Amino acid sequence: MTRALITGNAAAAWGGRLARMDYVPAFPITPQTEIIETIAKWTERGDIATRMVMYESEHSMITGAGAAAATGVRVFTATSSQGLLYGMEMLYTVAGWRAPFVLVNVSRGLASPITLEPDHNDIMAARDSGFLQIHCATCQEVVDSVLMAYRLGEDHRVRLPVIVNLDGFYLSFTREAVDLPSADAAAEFLPAFDPQGTEFRAGKPVSQAVAVLGGGTYSYFRYEQHLAAQAALPVYDEVAAEFNDRFGRLHPAIESYRAEDAEMVFVMMGSFATKAKDAVDRLREAGIAAGLLRPRLFRPFPRDAFRSALVGKKGVAVIDQNLSMGMGGVLHSELASALYGAPDAPRALTSFVGGLGGRDIAPAEFYEMAHATLRAAETGETPPPRLMYTHSELREMRKLQAAAHVERHEQDIA
Amino acid sequence: MTDVHFQRMKDLPSTHLLGAGTAMCAGCGGLEMIKEVYDVLGENTVFVNAAGCMTLLSVYPFTPFRGSWLYTAMASSPAGAQGVRDALDILKANGRMTEEEDLEVVVLSGDGSASGMGLSATSGAIDRGLDFIYLCYDNEGYGNTGQQTSPESPHGARTATDAVGPGNIGYKKDLFSIWVANKPAYAATVVGAEPLDLARKIEKAHELEGPRLILSLAPCPTGWGYDPAHTVEIGRLAVKTGVWPLKEYVDGKVVHTRHPGKRTPVEAYLETQDRFRHLFEPVRNDKVIAEIQARVDAYWAEVDVDDGTKA
Repeated sequence: MTRALITGNAAAAWGGRLARMDYVPAFPITPQTEIIETIAKWTERGDIATRMVMYESEHSMITGAGAAAATGVRVFTATSSQGLLYGMEMLYTVAGWRAPFVLVNVSRGLASPITLEPDHNDIMAARDSGFLQIHCATCQEVVDSVLMAYRLGEDHRVRLPVIVNLDGFYLSFTREAVDLPSADAAAEFLPAFDPQGTEFRAGKPVSQAVAVLGGGTYSYFRYEQHLAAQAALPVYDEVAAEFNDRFGRLHPAIESYRAEDAEMVFVMMGSFATKAKDAVDRLREAGIAAGLLRPRLFRPFPRDAFRSALVGKKGVAVIDQNLSMGMGGVLHSELASALYGAPDAPRALTSFVGGLGGRDIAPAEFYEMAHATLRAAETGETPPPRLMYTHSELREMRKLQAAAHVERHEQDIA
Repeated sequence: MTDVHFQRMKDLPSTHLLGAGTAMCAGCGGLEMIKEVYDVLGENTVFVNAAGCMTLLSVYPFTPFRGSWLYTAMASSPAGAQGVRDALDILKANGRMTEEEDLEVVVLSGDGSASGMGLSATSGAIDRGLDFIYLCYDNEGYGNTGQQTSPESPHGARTATDAVGPGNIGYKKDLFSIWVANKPAYAATVVGAEPLDLARKIEKAHELEGPRLILSLAPCPTGWGYDPAHTVEIGRLAVKTGVWPLKEYVDGKVVHTRHPGKRTPVEAYLETQDRFRHLFEPVRNDKVIAEIQARVDAYWAEVDVDDGTKA
């Protein structure tokens, strides 16, 4: 084991390196680019025996990733945002090939308007693709999660590709001290890639990804994929337990921070949840029993774990760093579905949308969310979903609009 | 380059590898071509398929191939070929697979993918010098969906989206030249109706390494509107009229492998198909027929009669 001060992107590359990735199909996009540049440097110097190939698009890159996995090698790839969406057809397609590999997504908001800064709408768009999803909040988690993702996806009960998600900028470019497992320890945890019969060889003809006719045949294969994703829940717990035994770091499906005895619980994903931890501490100091649940595993969705962690709570505030237009936060909907009908379910399940396009969530906003949620629990009236925006933000926005107005009407004024 | 194996028709394989009973239409010129190609390439192949007519060759749990198959999507079959090829090379390089277990990686796509949606992925594969064969069955339209106008639909042809009026006002895209401009290892045009010429080219392509294009005209009874019994005859007419030049790009130059010295007028080809019927009935459209003829004449005016090279 070595301790290194590295960015989230470098941690992702290290995860692939320690997993002894055979093949890296690549295409650059901000803020993911540092990952592939790091790997390119290693392959060019001969530090690793990985073959990296630059594709001409993410659509092709994900096709190539799936095709190489289906031929029998361990594949690592990475993208962000628009790239993930450009490859979306192939995400759905290759997931059905049941040829596991790991894709790191460095989350970034989606156009329009185009932006470089993070939120989770890109990764939420991949929610139903068939990829499993692990969401990280620290650089340490990134390297550990990549290793765990290979174990999870390659397990014979699962056989699905896995996305490891980290937030652009806040995590991708933040340096943190990271314990890097030794190559030997990583190899003991993650054995050599076993194609388990999914491969192409002369003399062993196989047809993969063939068409089907009829809903019965189609449904069979789709159900199989869903059941495999569900089977990944207990497999994840096994993998996390073994990882903890070997490396002394437990990464549960849901991270719980002071939530056991909490009256109100924040639920949010990714690196912004570290802001919620800070808010929990301050709220506790102010006499409010707050806590945080942060799902690391989003697909499969740890429904039962959420239920058992949240029954008996007064209120739950879900903070979504995504926005499903015309509906609201995706995680909120999923939690509502998970908790509906649970005996002693929380009296209030409130919805807040924040952190879009890298927008900060200030401590005062966490306090307001906590109070609004406890108020809802007491009155039994849940407020409508709230889109977080401060007066000072609106003031800055009005200034920009004024400038835009002047620019547009400059000639009229002159 | 080794000597050509296939000198005469009787040299062609007498046993056939491709299974019967596929979902293709009767008289499919694409399937005719694939059957001939497969006999030469053999079963140590993996076909990486783009969405199109031929996607229905392998429908669970049946396949006519004795070798392997991977369906990808419409836009990215060359990228699928890249992933398979790279993985095979990795497995060979580190001893996880023997040389004998290696496969020829063959993209199988229609013209809609080859000349339209998939062109970016093809371009990338050529840039990377990918060692693969790109096998395109060109039925001059989006055949699987009912023959809508594609980048390869010929001028004047009626299609499902140019069903009335003058037919397609665009001109057939020159995919062969797009490839040749980027100096691939090999590029050739073929047609199933000329099996000896086809077999020689497939043999040559199979022996080379790098990006290799096999572009086949694929007469389509349902899309072009003719009796399925006439597929071979129409394929031959496409060559005799000069509409479909048989040629290859190798060692840096384009050479025509057939030079129809005295070309049959194009109308002999056009009038066999319903898609051009409106050029003859109810009144003959001499202007468009002459324009099609003039374009074919202009093409062949640049071909050297003696050595088949093109200016």
